[in-house]
Amino acid sequence: MLTTLLIVVPLAAALLVSILPLSAESTAGLALLGALAEVGLWAGGARNFDFSSQEQQYSASREWFSDLGISYSVGLYGFQYWLVGLTVVVGAAAIGYAMWVGRDRPRAYYGLVLFLVGSLVGVFASQDLLLFYVFFEAMLIPIYVLVGVWGGPRRVKATLTFVLYTMFGSLLMLASIIAFGISQGTFELAALGTSSNDWIFLGFLVAFFVKAPLLPFHGWLRLSYTEATPEVAAILSGVVSKAAVFGLVWIVLPHFPGPVDDLRGLALVLAAATLVYGSVLAFRQPDIRGVIAYSSMAQMGLIMLGIFSVNDLGLDGAILHSVNHGLVSAGFFLVAGIIETRFGSGEFARLGGLAKGRPALASVVLILGMFTLAVPGSTNFAGEFAILSGVFQRGWGYAAVGAVAIVLAAMYALRLISAILHDRRASAPRESGDLVGGELAFVLPLVAILAVLSAWPALVTERSFPLDQPTSFIAGQEQGP
Amino acid sequence: MIQTPHVDWLALSPTLALLGAAAIALLGAVTVPRQALRAFSVAVTAVGFVVSAVFAAILFDRSPDPTILLSEGMTRDQLGALAAIILALIGLVVVLVSWGDGRKDHVGEYYALLTASAAGMVFFVSASSLMTMFLSLEWFSISLYVLCALDTHRRESLEAGLKYLIIGSFGSGVLLFGCALVYGSTGELGFSAIKEATGADDPLFVTGMAMILAGLAFKVSAAPFHMWTPDVYQGAPTSVTAFMAGATKVAALVLTLRILVTAFPEQAEIWSIAVAVLAVASLAIGNLAAIAQRDVKRMLAYSSVSHAGFLLIAIAANSDDGATSLLYYLIPYAAATVGAFAVVASRERELGRPVSLASLEGLGWERPFLGVGMWVFMLSLAGFPLTGGFLGKLFVFSAIYEAGWWWLVVIGVLATALSLAYYLNIVRALYMRQGEVSPGTVVAAGGSPPRDLLLDAAVAAGIVVTIGSFFFVQPLVDLARDAAASLPL
Repeated sequence: MLTTLLIVVPLAAALLVSILPLSAESTAGLALLGALAEVGLWAGGARNFDFSSQEQQYSASREWFSDLGISYSVGLYGFQYWLVGLTVVVGAAAIGYAMWVGRDRPRAYYGLVLFLVGSLVGVFASQDLLLFYVFFEAMLIPIYVLVGVWGGPRRVKATLTFVLYTMFGSLLMLASIIAFGISQGTFELAALGTSSNDWIFLGFLVAFFVKAPLLPFHGWLRLSYTEATPEVAAILSGVVSKAAVFGLVWIVLPHFPGPVDDLRGLALVLAAATLVYGSVLAFRQPDIRGVIAYSSMAQMGLIMLGIFSVNDLGLDGAILHSVNHGLVSAGFFLVAGIIETRFGSGEFARLGGLAKGRPALASVVLILGMFTLAVPGSTNFAGEFAILSGVFQRGWGYAAVGAVAIVLAAMYALRLISAILHDRRASAPRESGDLVGGELAFVLPLVAILAVLSAWPALVTERSFPLDQPTSFIAGQEQGP
Repeated sequence: MIQTPHVDWLALSPTLALLGAAAIALLGAVTVPRQALRAFSVAVTAVGFVVSAVFAAILFDRSPDPTILLSEGMTRDQLGALAAIILALIGLVVVLVSWGDGRKDHVGEYYALLTASAAGMVFFVSASSLMTMFLSLEWFSISLYVLCALDTHRRESLEAGLKYLIIGSFGSGVLLFGCALVYGSTGELGFSAIKEATGADDPLFVTGMAMILAGLAFKVSAAPFHMWTPDVYQGAPTSVTAFMAGATKVAALVLTLRILVTAFPEQAEIWSIAVAVLAVASLAIGNLAAIAQRDVKRMLAYSSVSHAGFLLIAIAANSDDGATSLLYYLIPYAAATVGAFAVVASRERELGRPVSLASLEGLGWERPFLGVGMWVFMLSLAGFPLTGGFLGKLFVFSAIYEAGWWWLVVIGVLATALSLAYYLNIVRALYMRQGEVSPGTVVAAGGSPPRDLLLDAAVAAGIVVTIGSFFFVQPLVDLARDAAASLPL
């Protein structure tokens, strides 16, 4: 029941927001109220959530299209709960930030953002393959319009590339879903057995690799993350990319053990290549969003390393790191937005020396930067450490590449920090002041959650899979008819 | 005492209701005063369509088993009844769209012809002999030829009428020739009698079957028999285009399904390949050509060709699931197509000129309701979730996959990917302006016409059906499955 509520509340709020003829402020307020109610629901649900249970929780199931064996079936396991939590928190921060900045055509804007949040929760809560696809596709609709209408000057090109790439992946996945589901006679994840068909497997894999994105499916990334409004970019990089994590962990690993075994090497190599490639590119970017975009890609590569190591450490690390990265990159995109609105641009050539007289901004950037480079003691360090230990068991080479990438991460994160805060350039802006009100109110909670996780990463890792045994739990899903 | 045959009035009632409405509308054209004529015609035809839909629903309810009537002139079954319901509802929505079209002359004739052609289609979907099939095909086609050319002051309309007349007659000729060959080799006219009588390998018989299929493909506007479609759809009055794109397709596809599985089940191996080839050609040509179009009606015409492809895939499956998925798919397809043409019609009336992609620009913000409607229709045609179009495609794909033709699924998926290019183009035009617009450039030529409540109602109906058929798919599929059960599959 709670799961359904978590899906319906943002969708209902989206409908209300777009229909009610309210002023811009009240529309934004109503949207924020909806988003906060969602966070409240999630937090309230956490108290009664039994993380050690082998059972799905808060599940709901209804007949929908029984001729094809499709049902509305939702429910949550621990790792899904964390991903949903990431969604609602980042969603609320994004809406709050948008309210602070103020957007044109607010009724459409907030309606679409809430719709996006609702479909993302749906993606993470689906227990039916087709329902998953429905939400997976549904989230494209708001993203398309959000980027295409409110985005930067190259928005139309950004939407076009984004949709081309994603639909290419999604439609391959649709073909796979049809082939997989029809041959098994059901689409319910719990009832689906395993398949050893490499082609079906590849259909899923490509869709998720596009979403993540992994090399060589990343062509949409830079434009979309740059042209979207900061809060939409925050959701895109922070949450939407995690749909790939969910899909791989909950659809691909349990139902395609054979093909995963066969093609694990390929996936690991792609992930490692993405990690290095993203890190190097992040180091070379001339603006804030470019750095975050490619760092985001690199981190997704790291998470994929964890997933495809298919062992307890790697999977625990992947989930923890998904949450970490979601919060860090969302926070960074909001900060990038703050800097862009203040100084008119996120290009390093026109920034620099912002630390002076702006302690709050400096601290936030510094802290987020430290999380990005995974300073020991941070939750990101815990995540990366778990992933690398996991992938080490698959081959020391991958772990070595991962370790190199951590050094690269330190390089681009430090470059980012110094380019924003310290480097003194003649053109450095002087006029604008420190972070105020709404900016702090919506960025600080993200930082605070990261701090809590740093103190207690086991909060997520030990509560992602029943009995903290991801592999045997996932293997246990391979029952089938 | 003359023995009169028993007449099943209920089976004929949906047709008769429409014919009656057509007759009254035609009488009204000469008797009702000019100022009241439009209201009178719209009221009469709307009532006619509603009554016809109600009769068809009763017929659906009371015909659990197919009955052959009039020495196999027609079949009373749930397939025909369901198709009649869909056709009558399409007609009703088209009447709502037509209200505001500002027609000055031929008002009575327009509505009379619209109803008459719908009556022909309603009969056509139940026809079960070569004779009644051909007669009812001509019945609705001739009405449509005139409807296309009804705007005599517009050259495009006359051109559309003439083109449709010539190519349509050619298609009918092919169909008739095919009927003659089949009759010649079997000596039978009734569909099931043909099946019984079949001299399986007779080349004349197979040629006849191929020509019947080709003749029907003209009406379905499946490639390569689609060449009339873009010109006619573009030139005809937009409400007529809406009717053709929605209703003609429903009627022609349902009959294609009926004749193939009733009369030619023994030749299924041949015709299912032929239908698959038609489907692939339609998908390829329809989608590729649609991408290049700038005129929205023309683009939607090619889109309807591509949908003919998807729908033919369902027929090629030659299975119970295939027939069910065809009938289900037709519901969101018709809703989205008629709705999209309704939005185009509204824009056309506002601007006073043909609607191109550029003239849709900003519509989403200026007319939020129509914009959302168009958005929903495009997403449904493109097969996005939350619309019935998605489940329709999914159902068709799964039917053909189960029939063992996985490569058609791959082609269908690729075609869907292609189709996004032009459907999303429309969404982009609706909401995303390229660059800044200087003030004064988007002023509509005709000013802002008053809200057309009936057209809004038509669009609302389209939205409700498009989205409703997603959420309430199972009840609709149950209906479709009942209807498909009346076929010998």
